[in-house]
Amino acid sequence: MTKTTIPVGPFHPLLEEAEFFKIHVDGETVTGIDIDIGYMHRGHEYISEGKTFTQSIFLVERICGICSTSHPIAFVHAVEDVDNVEVPVRAAYIRTLVGELERIHSHLLWLGLAGHFIGYDTLWMWAWRYREPVLDIFETITGNRNHYGMMRVGGVARDVAPEAVPPLLETLDMIERKMDMIAKAAADDPVLKTRLKGVGILSRQAAVDYCTVGPTARASGVSIDVRKDEPRDAYGLVDFKSIVLDSGDVYGKLVVRVLETVESIKIVRQCLEKLRTAPGTILNDVKEISAGEGIGRYEAPRGEVFHYVRTDGSNRPVRHKVRAPSYMNIPTCAASCKGIPLADALITLAAIDPCYCCTERAIHVVDGRGARVATDLIRLSREKTDRLRRELHG
Amino acid sequence: MGWYNKRLAKSLWVFHVSASPCNNCDIEILDLLTPRYDVERFGIKLVGSVRHADVLLVTGVINEKVAPRVRRVYEQAPKPVFVVGVGTCPISGCCFKESYNTVPRREDVIPFDLYVTGCPPKPEAMIDAIVKLVGVLNA
Repeated sequence: MTKTTIPVGPFHPLLEEAEFFKIHVDGETVTGIDIDIGYMHRGHEYISEGKTFTQSIFLVERICGICSTSHPIAFVHAVEDVDNVEVPVRAAYIRTLVGELERIHSHLLWLGLAGHFIGYDTLWMWAWRYREPVLDIFETITGNRNHYGMMRVGGVARDVAPEAVPPLLETLDMIERKMDMIAKAAADDPVLKTRLKGVGILSRQAAVDYCTVGPTARASGVSIDVRKDEPRDAYGLVDFKSIVLDSGDVYGKLVVRVLETVESIKIVRQCLEKLRTAPGTILNDVKEISAGEGIGRYEAPRGEVFHYVRTDGSNRPVRHKVRAPSYMNIPTCAASCKGIPLADALITLAAIDPCYCCTERAIHVVDGRGARVATDLIRLSREKTDRLRRELHG
Repeated sequence: MGWYNKRLAKSLWVFHVSASPCNNCDIEILDLLTPRYDVERFGIKLVGSVRHADVLLVTGVINEKVAPRVRRVYEQAPKPVFVVGVGTCPISGCCFKESYNTVPRREDVIPFDLYVTGCPPKPEAMIDAIVKLVGVLNA
């Protein structure tokens, strides 16, 4: 039996970001997969420790350009958690509004790229065409297409004027109609069905074992959603469903994302309606943050994003730890890619909507000097668990 | 090379080099190809191989791990090739200039010909940059 290794990347036409896959194949069948990342590592946690809380918001925004409001939301949650800072109702609605709009644009982006990966460019063009009005809404609300800079500790930076709401609702109606069209056309397309159904199945047990989060977990029948499990901001005040399917294949992940987009449109509409009438300020004045620890969780488009902040009473975090959803989801490729034809491998890799910009914060120090970016996250993670276990139990 | 550049300007083929960005400029570059902006009408095409490229679009602060790869991609590109730095990162390092993992001088890794500012630059700004590049090539 001859074994071949196919290198994919770091610069590959199918990869948006620079990352390196080693796909081991036996003939046409994938037998294993190695992921070499680190091409995106920029050292956010270190930089964050030298910045004030408000400056850090702009920094964590630039962890990832696609979920560029999930990280700030989780970060301000973490800082607010230190002192139990209250957020005004109006600010809570604006946070949820921006977060859900981001989910719409992120899922449309993924849908388009998924279409592109399997050679269905019409879907790409459609999805990205109707993503543009979402970015227009962003520009109206926040002033920028991406990197919104909206979050602040204790509230948000900009208000949504009540008179700005009706045109936004009209745009939203248009997006909803088009979303319906895309959903019907894409989900019922026979080519897409045969191409994606039963491909790259991640069983429920594997999803639990790998601690997956977000749509990847929900498509495998694991009901996990921070918006439902620990509602913060306005998530307790709006009505929406958490989509859970149990097929576990790429098609299931597509359907979860499409249905979630529809749910997000519902949430955005409710938030906009509330913002017409909800009174009050948008920012509580936070003078100082006392010494302590805080955690912040938020359901990013790709799953749960987790921020931990330790403070010492100054205006900077002493320690800032970020765990992005793709960090948990990427290792599942090893399970879902095994035994499938090589042609299906890339769409399976793409199906978890991996975001390497988010993931790459792991550093491996060799002999106490010279940092090397982690090459094998799973191995390192296991080694660390083993080491901690040994330390704890002597 | 005036005659060559004039012919080149008719259809620039671009290759996207993502050198530790935050993903946002990359997404905006892809956005240029989609129906609203559609730069293919100017003959601009995103190509899969650097051997076909006339323009390299470099995004991001270049980190230590990706730097040799970026250098190699530049060396593999057939010359003349024009290097466009997209976003604030290639210009100033944006908020990552204090990082321990970025190269000290990005110009040593890859020589930039043109920069597009913004974090991320709007697609209109990128189209403007491309039009300027075409203007320079035609001059």
